[in-house]
Amino acid sequence: MNHADLTQYLDYLLIAMLLAVGFAIVRLRNLFAVVMLTGVYSLLCAAWFVSLDAVDVAFTEAAVGAGISTVLMLGAMLLTARESEPAGAGRHWAAFAVVAAAGAALFFAIPDMPVYGDAESPANAYLGRDFMERTPQDIQIPNVVTAVLASYRGYDTFGETVVVFTAALGVMLLLGFGSGARRKDEEED
Amino acid sequence: MSPHLILRVISKLLIPLIVVFGLYVQFHGDFGPGGGFQAGVIIAVAVILYALIFGMDEARRAVPPTVVRYGAAAGVLIYAGVGIATLLMNGAGEPLNFLDYDALHPDQGHHTGQHYGILLVELGVLTTVSSVMLAIFYAFAGRVPDIPDEEW
Repeated sequence: MNHADLTQYLDYLLIAMLLAVGFAIVRLRNLFAVVMLTGVYSLLCAAWFVSLDAVDVAFTEAAVGAGISTVLMLGAMLLTARESEPAGAGRHWAAFAVVAAAGAALFFAIPDMPVYGDAESPANAYLGRDFMERTPQDIQIPNVVTAVLASYRGYDTFGETVVVFTAALGVMLLLGFGSGARRKDEEED
Repeated sequence: MSPHLILRVISKLLIPLIVVFGLYVQFHGDFGPGGGFQAGVIIAVAVILYALIFGMDEARRAVPPTVVRYGAAAGVLIYAGVGIATLLMNGAGEPLNFLDYDALHPDQGHHTGQHYGILLVELGVLTTVSSVMLAIFYAFAGRVPDIPDEEW
């Protein structure tokens, strides 16, 4: 019981830090600081996912969100200015009303959600339990996430690999193949 | 004396460790968190760190953009190849299924075919993801000169 209470406070702390970092990202104008803080935001998310026992998701978030997208944002930042344009000083009451209404609706929906970790919740009860029970017999590897990803859903993962390949293809066709400064000079003419 | 001496020495020590950790994530994906996608990103990050510290030209010499382009396609071909192989290797009378790894190995009791299939497929994912991440980085970073000293 004490154990559960402690993780709960860790979650509150992480979410409070996420909020603080989010506000800082909105308020700051120095783009370098903003890029670094988005990396911090991803790392905090990853820590929170670990606390929710979603280690595979946390791993991906840390590697992609905090690692590679920070570097790509830095590369993009080098192409633009270092400071963002000052935002308009006016109060956006319509936007505030939309955000407040959406937030209120989310809080209204909280009592209908299943308790965290509830074995009878729809996400855990049917297909999830089935995979948990069948993996030791069908695949015989300990990590059910890998079994679902690579074997049961191998077709989907193949599609995802093709999507990643297509993303690179699109970027390379738009930005050039990055194989030398010569190409860059030609494009700038 | 070159600038950023400490950065250069430390990253030279760290980059092999990052690659080894990426391979650990790749081959330990059956037992712990991780798999081809995460491992691919980690290995790409090692090369990107090298490019940030030692410059784009050095990184292009280490991992040429041509290799990256072929790698992105090769990973997809490895994955699809496993699927085709399972189609071809399936025993007579059994239903033909794309990516049915049990066909890869006759040992059905321990599902060795499943282990082989997952390993090969994750290898394809690793190849494509690390190449794609590097290709995107090369495409972005190839458009700007190296980070000037005053930006550090």
